[in-house]
Amino acid sequence: MTLTLMEGNEAIGWGAATAGCKFFAGYPITPATTIYNTMLKLLPPKGGICLQGEDEIASIGFCLGAAMAGMKTMTATSGPGISLYSEQISFAIGSEIPIVIVDVQRLGPSTGSATKGADGDIQFLQWGSSSGLPVIVLAPVDVKDCYVLTMQAFNLAEQYRCPVFVAANKEISMTRETVDLEQLDLPPIVQRRTADPTVPFLPFGVRDNQRVPDFLAIGGDRLVRETSSTHGTDGYITTDPEQIAMMQERLDAKLNKAVSEFTYFDEFNVSNADTLVIAYGVTARAAKAAARKLQQSEKSASVLILKTLWPVPEALIREKAAPYKRVVMAEMNLGQYVRELQRLLPDKKIDFLGQMNGELIKPRQIMEVIQNG
Amino acid sequence: MDSLLNRNRPSVFCPGCSHDKVLHVLDQALTSMEFVGEEVAIVTDIGCSGLFDTFFNTHAFHGLHGRALTYATGIKMARPELKVIVTMGDGGLGIGGAHVLSTCRRNIDLTLLVLNNFNYGMTGGQCSSTTPQDAQVGSGFLNKLEKPMDICQVAVAAGAGYVSRASTYDKGLVETLKEAVVFDGFSLVDIWGICPGRYTRRNKITPKSIEADLKQLPELDDFKTLNSRMEYGRAYRQEAARQKAPSDPVHIEATCTPPQTGRSEIVVLGSAGQRIITAGELLCLAGAAAGCHATQKNDYPITVMRGHSVSEIILSDIEIEYSGIENPSIVIALAAEGVNRRKKMLADLSSEMLVIKAVGVELPPCQATITEIDFKAKKIKPQECALAALAVLAWQNKVLTMDMLKAALKLRFKTAVYEMALAVAKKVVV
Repeated sequence: MTLTLMEGNEAIGWGAATAGCKFFAGYPITPATTIYNTMLKLLPPKGGICLQGEDEIASIGFCLGAAMAGMKTMTATSGPGISLYSEQISFAIGSEIPIVIVDVQRLGPSTGSATKGADGDIQFLQWGSSSGLPVIVLAPVDVKDCYVLTMQAFNLAEQYRCPVFVAANKEISMTRETVDLEQLDLPPIVQRRTADPTVPFLPFGVRDNQRVPDFLAIGGDRLVRETSSTHGTDGYITTDPEQIAMMQERLDAKLNKAVSEFTYFDEFNVSNADTLVIAYGVTARAAKAAARKLQQSEKSASVLILKTLWPVPEALIREKAAPYKRVVMAEMNLGQYVRELQRLLPDKKIDFLGQMNGELIKPRQIMEVIQNG
Repeated sequence: MDSLLNRNRPSVFCPGCSHDKVLHVLDQALTSMEFVGEEVAIVTDIGCSGLFDTFFNTHAFHGLHGRALTYATGIKMARPELKVIVTMGDGGLGIGGAHVLSTCRRNIDLTLLVLNNFNYGMTGGQCSSTTPQDAQVGSGFLNKLEKPMDICQVAVAAGAGYVSRASTYDKGLVETLKEAVVFDGFSLVDIWGICPGRYTRRNKITPKSIEADLKQLPELDDFKTLNSRMEYGRAYRQEAARQKAPSDPVHIEATCTPPQTGRSEIVVLGSAGQRIITAGELLCLAGAAAGCHATQKNDYPITVMRGHSVSEIILSDIEIEYSGIENPSIVIALAAEGVNRRKKMLADLSSEMLVIKAVGVELPPCQATITEIDFKAKKIKPQECALAALAVLAWQNKVLTMDMLKAALKLRFKTAVYEMALAVAKKVVV
C-alpha cells in the first residue's frame, strides 16, 4: 500500500484528467479555486485547454462551445457561481450538451461564507433550471469519491449528453486526505456515441430504442446545428406541439428511466438494527462513525450512503429502507433531501437532523437521534 | 460555390430590414473567399440577429442572449482551423458587454458583426446600449437619460486588433467583412442599419442619415499598431507547449513504524506567517510514511498575511471516517490569534491531553497538561516554531517519531531546506 496526500479538489482534477477531460474553464471562487489551479497544471502541458473566464457565465459558455466542438469539458464553482450558470445549465439540459459541473458547496445564502461548508444547494442543483427536466447529481463522500465519481460524471455526461453535477462540499474539497490511488476502482472510460456516417445526420434524432441522440462535432466534416431554442430533430426551431412534447418527454425519460444504470451508493449494515440512517456527502462519514459506535448497543442503526442524488434513486431507497421501521436523515442544511424520503417512504417514521452553521454534523449528534427515536 | 445560404430556409426578416442585407453581404464575402460550409461556424444569440445561423448552410450554434462570444471562444479554442463568425445585435452587446471587452482583450480569431439598429426589435423596440438620447423608443423617457455607447471606441480601448464602423448600405461592406474575416485575431464590425418593424416607425433614419452620423464619430486613431499582437489561440498553444509536464501524485511508501495505534487528533493554533498549514501537512506526510491515514483541515481568514491560522490533523491506522476534531490529544498553541479561535475546545480539554505552548501565549483555564517552550531562547524563529513543536513531539514519540518527521521533511522539501529543518528539530532535543 502507498498513500498519496491530496485534497478533494485535486482529486476531482486528476479524476477529470483521467476521464479524458481536455477543456476546463472556471472563474476563481473559494472553495472551488483549487480545481481550477489543478486543471491549469494538468491540461495545457498535455495539449488540453484551461481558461479563466471573465465571469461564471463566460466560463461555462466556453465549455459549452468546446463540448459541442467535441471535447470533454468541465467547469467548477460554488453556490454563487451556480446561480450565474443557471441559464447556461438550462441550455445544456435542453440542447443535450455534455458537461461536468462541480459545485463545491459553501454556506449560503448568497455570498454567505466562502470558507464554511454546507450541502445547501442539493435541491437547487436539480431545480435551478427553467425546465424542471432532470439532471444528474453525484455526491462524493471523501477524496476517493472525488476522483472516482468525477470520472463517472464524465462517463454519464458522454453517455446521456447532459450536464452532470459533482456536488462536493468545502469540507471534502479543501480537506487534505490520504488515499491509496492504486486501490481505486476506476471505471472504464466512455465516449459519446458518434453518428452513423451512412445515414443523413439529424442533430437531435435518436436511433430506434435509444433516448440519446448521436453526436457529431461542430467543425467536423458534416454540418452540425446546436440551438437553445425549442427544436425538432433537425435542430431548427419548431412550434409543432407533437415534436415539442416528444422532445420534452425524451429529455425526461433519458435520465429518469435510466437511473438504475447509475445508482451509486454505499452501505454499512448492522444486523438487527431497526433504524436506517440515510446520508450523503461529508455527513455520511459522521453517520458511519455513529453507527459503528452504536453497533453493539440496543438501539443500533445501519447506514445507506447515497452517491447518486438526482434523479432520485427511488428503487434503491425503497428497497434499502424496507426492513427498517425508522429512517433518520442527516444533512448539512435545514431539510432538503429529506423531502424526497418523506415522499418515497410515507409509511416510515422519518426523523431529521439538519444543521446549517458552517460546522460538520458530529457523530455524537447522529448517535443521539438514533438513540432517542 | 455561389452561396452558403440555405435554399430551403429563405430569410424571414421584415421587409426593409437591414439584417437581410447584411445576411447577403456576409454570404458574398464568405463565398468570394471560397469557404465551404464545413469550414465555417456561425454563432448567434437572441434577437433578430440571432436568426442568422438558421439561414446558412454552415455549422451553427445558437445560444443565450449576449453570450455568443463565450461559445465562439470555446469552439475556436477547440477547433482552431474553423472560421468562426459571431452575430450580435445592440441588445446582445449591452447584456454581454463583459464578454465583448474580454474578447477584445484576448484577441482570439473571431469575427463579431454587431447588427446595430439602435433598439430591441424583437421585444417591442425598447432602448439598447446604442439608442440615441433623442430617439422615441419603447422605453418611455429612459433612453433620454443614458448616453449611447460607441462600441468601436470601447473595443479599441479594450484592445481589439480590428475595428471598423460601417453602414449596411455602404457599397464597400463586402470588402470590409472580408477584411474582418481574414484578420488574424479578433475583429469587430459595427454595422448600422434600419429596423423598419420598430425603430423607423417613430424615428427618422435613412441610409443617408446613417452615413452622415457615422462621419461625425471620432476617428479610431492608431489602434492597429497599438493593439497589434499574436492571435490568442496561437499564443496560448505556444505558451502551453512551454509548460512543465505535471508531476504525478506522490505515492508514499510506509517505511516507518507509528508510535501508537488508533486515532490521534492534533490541532495547531497560530497566526499567519507561522507556517501552520505546512506543519499540518508535515504531520500528514509523517503519518503516511508510517502507513497511517491522515486528514488535514485548515482554517484561516481571506487575509492570508494577517490573522489566525489553524490546522486540524487526524492520524489513524484505520480509515478515517469523521474528519472533524472531537477529542484532540495534542494542541500546539503558538499565537493568540489561533487560541482565540478555539477557546471552547481548549476549555474542554481533559488532563490526558497535551498542550505545547509558546511562552507568552495565554490559554483559557484548561485541565490539559501544558508544556511551555521558550522558542526565542532556543533561537528558533517565529516561522520555525510550528516545525519545532512537531520535533518536540517526535523526540518524545508522541503521535510521530523522529523517523516519521524526517521522512515527511524529505517528502516536502529539497535538500537545503531539509537540512535547515533538521537543524531546527535538533534545537529542541529533549
